[in-house]
Amino acid sequence: MIAVEIAGIKMKTPVMTASGTFGSGPEYADFVDLNKIGAIVVKGTTLAPRDGNKGRRIAETPAGMLNCIGLENPGVDEFVGRILPGLARYDVPVIVNIAGFTVDEFGELAARLNVPGVAGLEVNVSCPNVKEGGIAWGVDCANVAAAVKAVRRNTKLPVITKLSPNVTDIVSVAKAAEDAGSDAVSLINTLVGMTIDIHRWRPELGNVTGGLSGPAVKPVALRMVWQVARAVKCPVIGMGGIMTAGDAVEFLLAGARAVAVGTANFVNPRASVEIAEGIKDYLVERGLRHVSEIVGKVNDNI
Amino acid sequence: MSKTVAQGIVIEHFSLAPMIKRLTLGAPAIARSARPGQFVHVRVGDSYHPLLRRPLSIAEVDREVGNITIIYRVVGQGTALLASLPPGEFVDCMGPLGNGFDMETERPLLVGGGMGLAPLLFLAKALCPKPATVLMGGRTKQELWWRNVFLGVCRSIHVTTDDGSLGRKGFTIDLLPELLENCEYDRIYACGPLRMMQGVAKLAKAQGIPCQISFEDHMACGVGACLSCTCAGTDGKRRKVCSDGPVFWAEEVLDLS
Ligand SMILES: Cc1cc2nc3c(=O)[nH]c(=O)nc-3n(C[C@H](O)[C@H](O)[C@H](O)COP(=O)(O)OP(=O)(O)OC[C@H]3O[C@@H](n4cnc5c(N)ncnc54)[C@H](O)[C@@H]3O)c2cc1C
Ligand SMILES: Cc1cc2nc3c(=O)[nH]c(=O)nc-3n(C[C@H](O)[C@H](O)[C@H](O)COP(=O)(O)O)c2cc1C
Ligand code: FES
Repeated sequence: MIAVEIAGIKMKTPVMTASGTFGSGPEYADFVDLNKIGAIVVKGTTLAPRDGNKGRRIAETPAGMLNCIGLENPGVDEFVGRILPGLARYDVPVIVNIAGFTVDEFGELAARLNVPGVAGLEVNVSCPNVKEGGIAWGVDCANVAAAVKAVRRNTKLPVITKLSPNVTDIVSVAKAAEDAGSDAVSLINTLVGMTIDIHRWRPELGNVTGGLSGPAVKPVALRMVWQVARAVKCPVIGMGGIMTAGDAVEFLLAGARAVAVGTANFVNPRASVEIAEGIKDYLVERGLRHVSEIVGKVNDNI
Repeated sequence: MSKTVAQGIVIEHFSLAPMIKRLTLGAPAIARSARPGQFVHVRVGDSYHPLLRRPLSIAEVDREVGNITIIYRVVGQGTALLASLPPGEFVDCMGPLGNGFDMETERPLLVGGGMGLAPLLFLAKALCPKPATVLMGGRTKQELWWRNVFLGVCRSIHVTTDDGSLGRKGFTIDLLPELLENCEYDRIYACGPLRMMQGVAKLAKAQGIPCQISFEDHMACGVGACLSCTCAGTDGKRRKVCSDGPVFWAEEVLDLS
């Protein structure tokens, strides 16, 4: 009833975990049955290991949080050699979120992840593009297309492009990703924000700015998912502030074929499974047989 | 060993000093497996504001009854909300989290400052009947209500205050060299401000006494998944304070040269 297939990835539920909020999965295994999650999207992985940003990395904001982790990760080879094998005992698709700083890095990451146990790649275009002076890939259609093409050339795995909301026109970026060969798009990544400590006259975060997530971003995320879902043919994975099954249903009605849960995991480690159960209850209560019956069904012809 | 999310029922909740509360929760599953140095990650309300859990050390455990006790300072919105909960209310706790102290010691010295004394209380009790010596520091006499809390669970208590209003005037690390003179300790545990732990660890190293310290950092997940809380190890490898720590061997994470 709630099983879905997104770009060839078969998932038992339409609820995935969002990159960077669920480690690689086993961190949460004491609290939730990983086999009951739609898919696990692991932390952003780069070619070389990264220490991430210095100083304070999170700040709480009204109904949300800012983070500036700075893509700390052990690097793709360590991921493939040491972390991925530990995931084999779980019956859950593993999608690897990849972050490159050049086109070649995106291609190389895709090549090194052509290994058993990886169900798909999520292209993180919110990281800086070194050749373009460090501005994020995701703000420019041509750059997004270049990154996606580099990945596409080097893999047969399903490719998902994770869109940044920090753009003027997210629809054109989504279309550029689809045209470049992306099998699906996921959105939204975090919105850039900041907080200031009024006692010390300093930014709270070590990196000054950080990415906003949690319930506070949900209306923006929902609007963007709705816009993109009407404009592209490929599947859309919706996320941003989903805390409850009701929130997830909103994204499905807006046109998402699956959703991802991020910050909610910190509050309730069972969120991804409880939300999936809640979606099922929602369908049963309304006499619906499958989750696809509500996808994109918001009646917006007013 | 097992970590869970438990709805702890408030059994007792009262002030130990201005802005300091002692909260006892009925949470048998957590009480059963908790070790000194571990913490619980606590939801302070049901709404989205504040959103994140608060990490709080387990300060006491009653395994038989199934209770855990937290001693905390009201510093902001989350702890203020927590402070308003009357007995009978439920508190959503994730835990026990983190690694905990290594207990291989015969003659332990515990050094604490401020709320860093909370995990050391559980440690002192768990070490009984091995005689623990406690060295505690505070700004003024008013901050050292901790003395009463530790009475009866340790062999002796040494006190320093910044203003000299109680015990020796100065910092704990000013008194520590004297305590170490007779070389009677085989292990030092320190928890408190980073500068204090750094100083303690240096003195311990000079005496060749193994030293463990407990770190604090801002935490979102509490289980090693979000990388909010990582620090650099002296071996170049990264450590997560929430899951590799909060307790570390001093030389693992501090430059003691
Ligand atoms: C492992 C660990 C054990 C702790 N044990 C104790 C204890 O036993 N007793 C005690 O009084 N305090 C303890 N603390 C500190 C306690 O977590 C903070 O005082 C508390 O989170 C403050 O929340 P607030 O909403 O009142 O403050 P606010 O300043 O409003 O909090 C804003 C945000 O910053 C975080 N934050 C603020 N101060 C700290 C801090 N010092 N460390 C980590 N996060 C912080 C909060 O969790 C919240 O996300 C511990 C911290 C850690 C990491
Ligand atoms: C601590 C943290 C780390 C994140 N790391 C990544 C990352 O490495 N790659 C990525 O594409 N998105 C990352 N994100 C963004 C989330 O995957 C998600 O897009 C965003 O948080 C919105 O969803 P939410 O409101 O449900 O958290 C991170 C988010 C948080 C809170
Ligand atoms: S708090 Fe998430 S990794 Fe430590």
